Amino acid sequence: MAKTYIYIACMALTTYAIRVLPLTLIRTELKSPLLRSFLFYLPYVTLAVMTFPGILSATQTPWSALVALIVGIILAWRGKSLFAVSVCCCLSVFLSELVLI
Amino acid sequence: MKNFLRGVKDGVPIALGYLAVAVTLGIAAKNAGLTILQAVIASLTNNASAGEFVGFTLIAANAPYVELILMEALTNARYLLMSTALSQKLTKEVSTLQRLLLGMCVTDEIFGISVAYGDCLDPNYSYGAFAIACPAWALGTLIGAVLGSVLPLRAVSALSVGLYGMFIAIFIPPSKANPVVLGCVAAAFFLSWLFSAVPFLARLSTGITTILLTVVISLAAAILFPVKEETANG
Repeated sequence: MAKTYIYIACMALTTYAIRVLPLTLIRTELKSPLLRSFLFYLPYVTLAVMTFPGILSATQTPWSALVALIVGIILAWRGKSLFAVSVCCCLSVFLSELVLI
Repeated sequence: MKNFLRGVKDGVPIALGYLAVAVTLGIAAKNAGLTILQAVIASLTNNASAGEFVGFTLIAANAPYVELILMEALTNARYLLMSTALSQKLTKEVSTLQRLLLGMCVTDEIFGISVAYGDCLDPNYSYGAFAIACPAWALGTLIGAVLGSVLPLRAVSALSVGLYGMFIAIFIPPSKANPVVLGCVAAAFFLSWLFSAVPFLARLSTGITTILLTVVISLAAAILFPVKEETANG
């Protein structure tokens, strides 16, 4: 029982340390053009890596997720808001699974 | 306060997605032998999906603490990169206390909307998103641990893509504006698919694959297509 709480504390402290160290230690603007370019591309790359193919295993069938992915890309390309894209992806899955399953 | 509320608003889809994803996490926690209270405390203090899944698996296996710490560090190492990127969006006026608080808010999704906020990040925006997303994460875990698999699968399935929908809404607009970003996203999709499909590569954990591909693709783009200053700032 107590051991589980020690485990949870270890998890929380390790995760927090990783999140907070760069924010507290890096106080100045990084000058290197290479590093700045790297940090410019990084967020989009990491989100894209996490999205595909991860999205395909999030739903009951990969096909409904694929529909959501395509709908999401089209709506985002047309400049729809974060909320709209997200909700339409959920609806796409719900509706396509009504047909598929 | 205005930016805090803006964060709350943008945090609503995050919270809905968290609610869905955390339900499966709550079920995993219960299967690993955690009590309902322990599951909720883990979610309140960690706010990390993959990290918590890995943690619960190791708790169930009664693994040594060192192994747990090491695995958490590896699984969550992408946050090191995300926090470094966010550190460049903070002005000198942002105090240490604010930075310590912001550290708690660095999840994949809150990072995503924070980095898309603009040239300089107002930490209040991230706090706002966190204020609604973190309770939803804990609530989802609670529902999962209590109700288990009673929830209709259709609902869980539909809600589960909400988070991915947000990711798409974050990386597609800059892909439209910048062909290099578009190339990066295409490369990310392809390589990440390759790493899940090729048996030898698929043995790597998702956390390791995410870090590896993020570093390789971003670095390649940075070397081949260095960003001109005005674009880097906006």
